[in-house]
Amino acid sequence: MGLAAAFWIMAVVIVAAALGVVFLRNVFRAALTLVLCFVAVAGLYITLSADFLAAVQILVYVGAISVLIILAIMMTREVPQGSPANRLKLPAFIVAAVVLGIMIYTVTKTAWQVSAEAPLTPTTVPLATKLFSEGGFVLPVEIAAVLLLAAILGAIVIAREK
Amino acid sequence: MTIGLEHYLVLSAVLFCIGLYGALTKRNAVIILMCIELMLNAVNISLVAFSRYVVPVLLTGQVFAIFVMVVAAAEVAVGLAIVLAIYRGLADIDANNINLMKW
Repeated sequence: MGLAAAFWIMAVVIVAAALGVVFLRNVFRAALTLVLCFVAVAGLYITLSADFLAAVQILVYVGAISVLIILAIMMTREVPQGSPANRLKLPAFIVAAVVLGIMIYTVTKTAWQVSAEAPLTPTTVPLATKLFSEGGFVLPVEIAAVLLLAAILGAIVIAREK
Repeated sequence: MTIGLEHYLVLSAVLFCIGLYGALTKRNAVIILMCIELMLNAVNISLVAFSRYVVPVLLTGQVFAIFVMVVAAAEVAVGLAIVLAIYRGLADIDANNINLMKW
């Protein structure tokens, strides 16, 4: 019962915050509603008993990515436009509605093989075993490290003053 | 009513489509990046929901969600660097006016 209430509260907050990101005129307020959306998604992870991912969501999205976005908004302040839409409003709306309809139809019509087992809690130790053990995901972890290094170097090179 | 896998997947679809609409219609490049973040979050929600309901003791979906977060962090860092570089050159981040490479 508590889980259902938490899910519905988080779902309403997530959808409202996402609509705020898209429809608010003020860019800075849109960024703040994006932060609210990230926090609510972290709460949703807790209802899915993914405690480690909820902490990572708070650290990476709320802590780092939103700060980067707000910094970029501050540095591009002289743009006087706010957040206007282009001419593709109606076609984009139709595309998004059609994609949404197809996805909801597929999701509700598919007979998912839901397992009845209780989820693992806490997930930190099993996740670490999964990521770093032999036969796990060691190679993708190494590749992700290289990708992050390349992204840091690329961001510095691109954003540096000449 | 108990909350099942379908609820999370429908919520994820709604969030994805809001992000898709925003990414297609917005002209401010920073807002476009924010909408892409919304879409990546929607994908993460569905991955974690699959992990919770389909393979509760394997956690494969959560591992995938971690990799999606890594790629999202890299993407937003490089994307905002590109936005700042464009702003320095053109004094504008309107996606309609950034047409230097348009034929």
